[in-house]
Amino acid sequence: MNYTKFKLSRDRHRKLILFDDAYQQKSHQVIAIRAFPISAADKGIALVDHQGNELMWIENLQDLPVEWRELIEEELTSRDFMPEIKKIDSLSSFITPCVWWVETNRGNTCFTLKGEEAIRRLSSLALLITDQYGVHFLIKDRTKLDHYSIKLLDRFL
Amino acid sequence: MDLTDQLFFSKGILIVSNRRLLSKMQNEEHWLSFVYQKGLELTTHDHAGVGHIELFDTQSRLAHWCYTLGKLHFVHHLVECFNQQSNFHLEGFPENLVTDSTYDEIGSTDKNSTSIEEQTSRETVSTFTLLRLWRFAKPYQGRLLIGFLLMLASTAATLVPPYLTMPLMDEVLIPYQNGYPLNVDLATFYLGGLLVAAILAWLLGWSKTYILAKVSERMGADLRITTYNHLLKLSHEYFGTKRTGDLMARIGAETDRINLFLSLHLLDFATDVIMMIMTAMILVSINPWLALVTLLPLPFIAWLIHLVRDKLRTGFEKVDRVWADVNNVLADTIPGIRVVKAFAQEEREVKRFYDVNQRNLEINDRVNKVWSLFTPTVTLLTEIGLLIVWIFGIWQVSENQITVGVLTAFLAYIGRFYLRLDSMSRIVSVTQKAAAGTKRIFEILDHVSRVPEPVKPIHSPAIQGHIELRHVGFRYGVRRITEDINLIIEPGEMIGLVGHSGSGKSTLINLICRFYDVTEGVILVDGIDIRSFPIAEYRKHIGLVLQEPFLFFGTIAENIAYGKPHATRQEIVAAARAAHAHEFILKQLHGYDSLVGERGQALSGGERQRISIARALLINPRILILDEATSSVDSQTEQEIQAALDNLVRGRTTIAIAHRLSTLRQANRLIVLDQGKIIEVGSHATLMAKRGYYYQLYLSQTGHIGVDPSLIDSNRESNQTKERI
Repeated sequence: MNYTKFKLSRDRHRKLILFDDAYQQKSHQVIAIRAFPISAADKGIALVDHQGNELMWIENLQDLPVEWRELIEEELTSRDFMPEIKKIDSLSSFITPCVWWVETNRGNTCFTLKGEEAIRRLSSLALLITDQYGVHFLIKDRTKLDHYSIKLLDRFL
Repeated sequence: MDLTDQLFFSKGILIVSNRRLLSKMQNEEHWLSFVYQKGLELTTHDHAGVGHIELFDTQSRLAHWCYTLGKLHFVHHLVECFNQQSNFHLEGFPENLVTDSTYDEIGSTDKNSTSIEEQTSRETVSTFTLLRLWRFAKPYQGRLLIGFLLMLASTAATLVPPYLTMPLMDEVLIPYQNGYPLNVDLATFYLGGLLVAAILAWLLGWSKTYILAKVSERMGADLRITTYNHLLKLSHEYFGTKRTGDLMARIGAETDRINLFLSLHLLDFATDVIMMIMTAMILVSINPWLALVTLLPLPFIAWLIHLVRDKLRTGFEKVDRVWADVNNVLADTIPGIRVVKAFAQEEREVKRFYDVNQRNLEINDRVNKVWSLFTPTVTLLTEIGLLIVWIFGIWQVSENQITVGVLTAFLAYIGRFYLRLDSMSRIVSVTQKAAAGTKRIFEILDHVSRVPEPVKPIHSPAIQGHIELRHVGFRYGVRRITEDINLIIEPGEMIGLVGHSGSGKSTLINLICRFYDVTEGVILVDGIDIRSFPIAEYRKHIGLVLQEPFLFFGTIAENIAYGKPHATRQEIVAAARAAHAHEFILKQLHGYDSLVGERGQALSGGERQRISIARALLINPRILILDEATSSVDSQTEQEIQAALDNLVRGRTTIAIAHRLSTLRQANRLIVLDQGKIIEVGSHATLMAKRGYYYQLYLSQTGHIGVDPSLIDSNRESNQTKERI
């Protein structure tokens, strides 16, 4: 895609703005959305306006000009919240609902697991755990956790 | 003929000769004869499983015969021959040109009835059904043999300890009691022998159980996979006649039961039998007379146990059936939960479940009554058996016939013996259950798909999409659904099927998809009978969008790529875009990676429909079938779906069913069906102008809102012309 026709910048409210040179400098406040946030985070990113209309499709983040990529990545990281669990410290019980105390890459926290179905297998190794409020916790490779965490997790799989 | 005109079963014969039609029923004395003449007409029709043949002349009905539909094929042949013969006769063709086409109905009836009897006699569950499982055991022959040898060895090892008690008693304990010093060396030797035997038995028993359990687990898995695999290949029709709960129970529970039988019960039984034979042999070798007395009550006990078991068996079978009922209630209610809730029928469903459970309880109570009596009875009988051995043994010892050691050994053996009887008798009911399970599994495995794979498949990687239906007729059970349908659909043409529900629209589509096979006539795609294509290959050319889009549990991307699992992300996004699904997918929390539930609960009807359209688009089929694709959504959503459909239809042969006639505005031709027949063909405008069936249908639809139909009619017309512009 020819990105020179467009201009991407931030406005005073730190919102992302897309200028479209071809259409008389029409500008849109846009939101960047990953189409495949779990299976391929960097492939397929859509810029949509606040009504959800797609304005631009970016096939691959790596193909973008540097300044675009930085802006979009900044935008995405500020919106994406998917802490990665590094260690499970303890559980309140093995029967759901139960509280999990975990160490993540974004600090230590606890969350409530409502049911076993909230643990979703992404692949044979990766797991996605959704807590009571819809926050997603990622386990990239469950075999790489420490022994005790694996034992705790195993009770739910 | 196998029915009288009063519909009683009887045999009869109907003969077409070159001059006349002859008939005689079993109870009639004379032949009826009808000489060919002008205006004579033989017709056949059927209703509710009974076929009627009627002979008319120009004024009245001359005769009437009835038959069961099994003879349909013969009757068609008969009527054909009749027409041929009477034509020849009337038009004066030389008679000797035609061979007599008599049809020996009675002969064929006999043959049919015997074959039916054979089938019913085979229906009873026999334990021999279990032998059919050998098919699944064959790959594991080697391991099974090793397991069997280990079993022999381990059983032998367990029989050593009682044997050792004999010298231990006679050579160590009794001499000591009689004042001799304790022979420590001998005692250590025998006790060591006991320990070694125990350890050996443990080791052998463990490896035997491990190997055989492993094999049987694999056999069970093979059985399950084979059955499931076969089940999915069966025709659409099969699923229509079976209940989900039943099929689920068969593949889940039944295979598990067979598995359990193989891994546990059969193993135990074999061990027991081997052990009994070995024990009997040992006993006889020690002292034949005592052995005889010991073994004497055995057949009696076995018979008693068997008696009780018999009672239990029928009980257990009932328990199984009730379990299937419980499953069926669940399988009914849970998928239909919205209906249940909407009609506030939770109470009723709970009641239904309660009733089934109550039955379950009742039957279990009855079984348990016998069951609770059983174990104590076996114990009692065992004690009595022991008592007899004691009495005879003490007498023999007092007569100096045997030593105390021999008696101890006998008592040790016999204890094991009787204990085993109980578990042995269990095998009867378990075997019955497993045999019943095997039969139910093989019922699935033996069921030949009504839609068979072709013997000589014609491969065609690409098709044009030219469809031709020639004299297509279809019969579901005894009901005739479509009749003599002739239709040619050009590549790229879109046709709409119109008609009241039950007019055969869906059947026609099922036939084109080859969910069913035609009973008469032929369907040709690109001039080739669709029955000569490999089924899966043929269906790859067909995109199907259903009224109720079914989404599987998985991500949206996986659902779109269902028909083409290796589609790239670009392809998936492109398909979603074309189906107008891309933007709403982006609004989902995880975009294309969002999970959709068992029935896609989280998405609206229109959204699910657009995903299923994307699914059809992705496989890029030449033939597209829309089965009421827009009838489950509101008109706003319908417009969105319509836009998506317009992308889909382009350049493909499309067959659409729609209840809402406005949906078919793009169709090149409309086919109006009524009672399984095509009654009108043409575009919307021509059919409206014709003022026939379609016109009535259109009016009845638009008239529903209670406004003057003609007004709406003209409005719609002008709307449509606007849309076209």
